Amino acid sequence: MKKLIAALSAATVLAGPAAAQDTYFPIIAKGFSHQFWQAVKAGADAAAERNGVSITFEGPNTEAEIDKQTDILNAAIAKKPQGLGFAALDSQAQVPALRKAADAGIPIVAFDSGVESDLPLTTCTTDNLAAAAAGADGLAEAIGGEGKVAAIIHDQTSATGIGRRDGFLNQIEAAYPNIEIVDVQYANDALKATETAKAMLQANPDLKGIFASNEGAAIGLAVAIKESGSDIVGVGFDSGKSQKDAILDGTLRGSITQNPVGIGECVVDSLAKAMKGEELPEVIDTGFYWYDKDNMDDPQVAAVLYD
Amino acid sequence: MTEAATATPSEQARKGLMTVGTLQKAVAFVVLVLLLGFFSIFAPNFAQWSNMVNIMQATAVNGVLGVAVTFVIITGGIDLSVGTMMTLTAVVAGLILTNLGLPLPLGIAGAVLFGGFMGSISGFSIAKLKIPPFIATLGMMQIARGLALVFSGAKPIYFNDTPSYYYIASESSISLLIPGLEIPNGVLIMFGVAIISSIVLTRTILGRYIFSLGSNEEAARLSGVNVDLWKIVTYGVSGMICGVAGLLISSRLNSAQPALGLGYELDAIAAAVIGGTSLSGGRGTVLGTIIGAFIMSVLTNGLRVMGVQEEWKIVITGVIIIAAVYVDIMLRKKG
Repeated sequence: MKKLIAALSAATVLAGPAAAQDTYFPIIAKGFSHQFWQAVKAGADAAAERNGVSITFEGPNTEAEIDKQTDILNAAIAKKPQGLGFAALDSQAQVPALRKAADAGIPIVAFDSGVESDLPLTTCTTDNLAAAAAGADGLAEAIGGEGKVAAIIHDQTSATGIGRRDGFLNQIEAAYPNIEIVDVQYANDALKATETAKAMLQANPDLKGIFASNEGAAIGLAVAIKESGSDIVGVGFDSGKSQKDAILDGTLRGSITQNPVGIGECVVDSLAKAMKGEELPEVIDTGFYWYDKDNMDDPQVAAVLYD
Repeated sequence: MTEAATATPSEQARKGLMTVGTLQKAVAFVVLVLLLGFFSIFAPNFAQWSNMVNIMQATAVNGVLGVAVTFVIITGGIDLSVGTMMTLTAVVAGLILTNLGLPLPLGIAGAVLFGGFMGSISGFSIAKLKIPPFIATLGMMQIARGLALVFSGAKPIYFNDTPSYYYIASESSISLLIPGLEIPNGVLIMFGVAIISSIVLTRTILGRYIFSLGSNEEAARLSGVNVDLWKIVTYGVSGMICGVAGLLISSRLNSAQPALGLGYELDAIAAAVIGGTSLSGGRGTVLGTIIGAFIMSVLTNGLRVMGVQEEWKIVITGVIIIAAVYVDIMLRKKG
């Protein structure tokens, strides 16, 4: 008997979030350990409280584990939730799994990267092309519109990696004829980005600037600039304490921040609206900002920066 | 293997080490020199002192992790947890220094001792619970990764309250003594770890037993060696060295990044293997591993300076690993 009670209470604990309230949305991100995802989670939690719904926030260990993320997705669908938030690691591969959810009548809101299908009611996302183009503008302006530049991109295959790379490269090519892009390399953690940036500086002594496409790449770029004593212009992406400190002490010129808290809020708010039968636009642009030493303390910028 | 089974396994292992091991180290060294020569000719701006410093600095973390895994591989085991263990010890240093505000020496000791503690747990699972090393350290890899996230609250821990922490790996204290010799502290620490480890392996009882475990564990057991104990000690030492790597990486990034570390174990194992450490145990040297780590970072740095795509860099590294093991097999046939 005791065992049975223990088992029952354990089951209640496990089923907790779903059973405690009527409305439950599983939110499936691309990861959870990165600061960016923690900020998305904070936004989602806040919106969940405001809307009186319960959520869970999950993601695979690394952004390469598409199969693991699909497992998480299938498990979530099996719980028959009232709505589903999903940031696809692959914009096409997971469409069949999502179709199951749609067939079961579960409203889907995509976030961060889109899904190439009309299954999601809306997508809460940063326009990565436009955001990286703004980074290109910031870099170009700081080097006076001419000279050699390079880019360190966090990933070859994801929509954010491709979008930010192309956004940066296209803008430089289109708007700055006197700037030459000499190298584009990939580095998926801060230490690798450090060594990559140092090799770039070594190979191109006349390099004027480097663009780094996420937090890890930006941390590595800052370490490399500091260690080599170089005076090149570094521009980053996202925030985090290391990157903010590097901008404050002049190691990096500035950075592009997305609005991760806004992305999290948008997902839960959109799902809540969908339940009420409200119409949603195809894409909700959650916005981005260029920030540097001068505007880091502006309330609207400070609100979306995270440590 | 059969010859080693005939009595005094450690003596046999040492003899093998002298002949085949020395030869392979020489081969690895020649490869390193050839690579340096190749890039000096074909990669503009490669052959500069500043870039040699870059390469040494890029070798430090992988070199130290390579030494950690060398201890274990010589016993005939494997350690898949060195990468995430490095991250976990960095987080522990962060907890001690930043969250508890304790002085620097305690942070350093804490990271190294905690690494030793976690390593001995791996050793205990392997020696006492008879779990194969691959599985035991695969589990430990996940445990360390998870604990690093739990302890840190999945957030980086910064060392801004302990400004001297940055000097552990970056800056160059030796240049104050010998002006112009701008070798970063992290590189000196790697060489320090290598020298001490080399002495432990070749001149101490622990080293003797590590080799005899690898060449013939049963013979070692029959001759009265407390096999289980020495295995636990070996994995503990390996964990402590991971702690040193944790200090190096977090000092350089001025933060303990809790999500980092997966994949570093494979680079460390590759460094050991390229340097002639045999995955079947009983044979390997610290010097070889350090040369192996240098080969990998010269290759990475040189290809990056040449502007070769990251994708191809990965392919080429894979080819080098296979080539190194092929050389190992060929030399063993002759040996």
